[in-house]
Amino acid sequence: MLGFDFMRHAFLASGIVAVLAGAIGYVLVLRGQAFAAHALAHVGFAGAAGAVLLGVSPFAGMLIAAFAGAGLMGALGERMAERDIAIGVVLAFALGLGLLFLHFFTGSAAQATALLFGNVLAVGGATLRLLAVVSALTLAILAAIARPLLFATLQPDLAEARGVGLRGLGVVFLLLLAMASAAAAEIVGVLLVFALMVGPAAAAERLCRSISAGIALSVGLALAAAWAGLTLAFYTDWPASFWISALASGFYLAALGIARLKR
Amino acid sequence: MNSPPATAVAFDDVRLAPGGFAVLENARFAIPEGALVGLIGPNGTGKTTLLRAILGLEAPRAGRIAVLGGPARRGNPAIGYLPQRAVTAGPRLSGRAMVGAALAGHRFGLACAFPGRGGAAQAEIDRVLDLAGATDFADRPMGALSGGQRQSLMLAAALLGRPRLLLLDEPLAGLDPLRQAEVVAAIARLHARLGIGVILSSHDLNPLLGTIGQVLYLGRGHAVLGTVDQVVTGPVLSDLFGAKIEVLRIAGRILVLAPDGTMLDGADARL
Repeated sequence: MLGFDFMRHAFLASGIVAVLAGAIGYVLVLRGQAFAAHALAHVGFAGAAGAVLLGVSPFAGMLIAAFAGAGLMGALGERMAERDIAIGVVLAFALGLGLLFLHFFTGSAAQATALLFGNVLAVGGATLRLLAVVSALTLAILAAIARPLLFATLQPDLAEARGVGLRGLGVVFLLLLAMASAAAAEIVGVLLVFALMVGPAAAAERLCRSISAGIALSVGLALAAAWAGLTLAFYTDWPASFWISALASGFYLAALGIARLKR
Repeated sequence: MNSPPATAVAFDDVRLAPGGFAVLENARFAIPEGALVGLIGPNGTGKTTLLRAILGLEAPRAGRIAVLGGPARRGNPAIGYLPQRAVTAGPRLSGRAMVGAALAGHRFGLACAFPGRGGAAQAEIDRVLDLAGATDFADRPMGALSGGQRQSLMLAAALLGRPRLLLLDEPLAGLDPLRQAEVVAAIARLHARLGIGVILSSHDLNPLLGTIGQVLYLGRGHAVLGTVDQVVTGPVLSDLFGAKIEVLRIAGRILVLAPDGTMLDGADARL
């Protein structure tokens, strides 16, 4: 299986993205912002479709659009209830916009499918290098702000009193989320970013009592979903994105079951 | 080393108006260092706003606030704080992880995710857990703990960094009378053992009777500080609220009655 170039690329790319998605995803689940991640991926889709229309790199388009979406979300209200509606409206519009761009782009339907559901087996050397750079940068920033970010997530009032800037951290985290969403979309597509970023992380959140264990398990499960998914795709010839999303969802269901048994 | 300033918190003609809505006018009082003070007032009288002003999170529209000899400023490490909604996420994390996240959580870096590696960090966490009486249940998930146990853990987090002044916002809210008595006893023990100042807010004075040295009573945008016997009297509270207030002392409890007969304090007294 690893004798093929495209499989080696796929394993490397999905491994890089799984580490990033697992780490970001754990913080995301703790913060209760899973829906924001879902929406950022859709905003990224509009950007990627626009980029295809303009004939430039879809990844760049996705990154720019997701950044803009993250900035907009950060500028919007603090209240989560209002935010859900605002995010939902932006999400729907972004998906519609993406459809319009693809309508004008009279190319193949395969392009649209690749954007929506990913095409990890088509990852080339250039994309691989891009993913490595984006992931390393995102993880480095996440590591630098991890302490105040987690403090602000778990105990916002105390963190604020200790001088932690809640709002600034929230915006920076959304920007990191935009980068991670764009990277994950390269592997599983915009519609299934949720699976890689939230499924393993939510399972880890259910099972772990310490933050370090939670991050480690989240990254481990994301890697397992990505690599086992690729292996299954290779032998069954079913889409890799299907297997990855199925495994990630399966991990979450299993975690629910284990958590119930332990009680 | 200089002798410590005699005043923990001094308000000098302070006006507090968060979002333009005045909750405190011409407040002038001085809380001595090391005192255990109950911040009492009906809901909505600005207890949280006053504590946030001491923390430097709410700038006074007029007047000056001095805290431990300097102006009130955000992030003052000499103040420990237990907010009303202390924990908002992470129900499956252990209390130890939660306290660990607060340890040096205001600095940048990774260590909060891995507090177990540093011996000094672990020792500091153990120290505050022990002080707050939270060691026994610190390894269980937050979501599996009682309200009183969660309160003890967050009290431990407030003690990180050896503060000289503790601000506790409604630490008794949502607890039954037995748990309230336990939390009050724990706070009194801490106060005696560490010799640090404590200001704790409560809408009910009664659980604190016999424990607090002084009471800071809030009403109608004004504040009055003194011992319970000085402040919680008909004339003083009538002056504060601008209406005829009756204060009844029954069976070791104090009931504060508004003119319409509703109770401003002691509302959950069971007679």
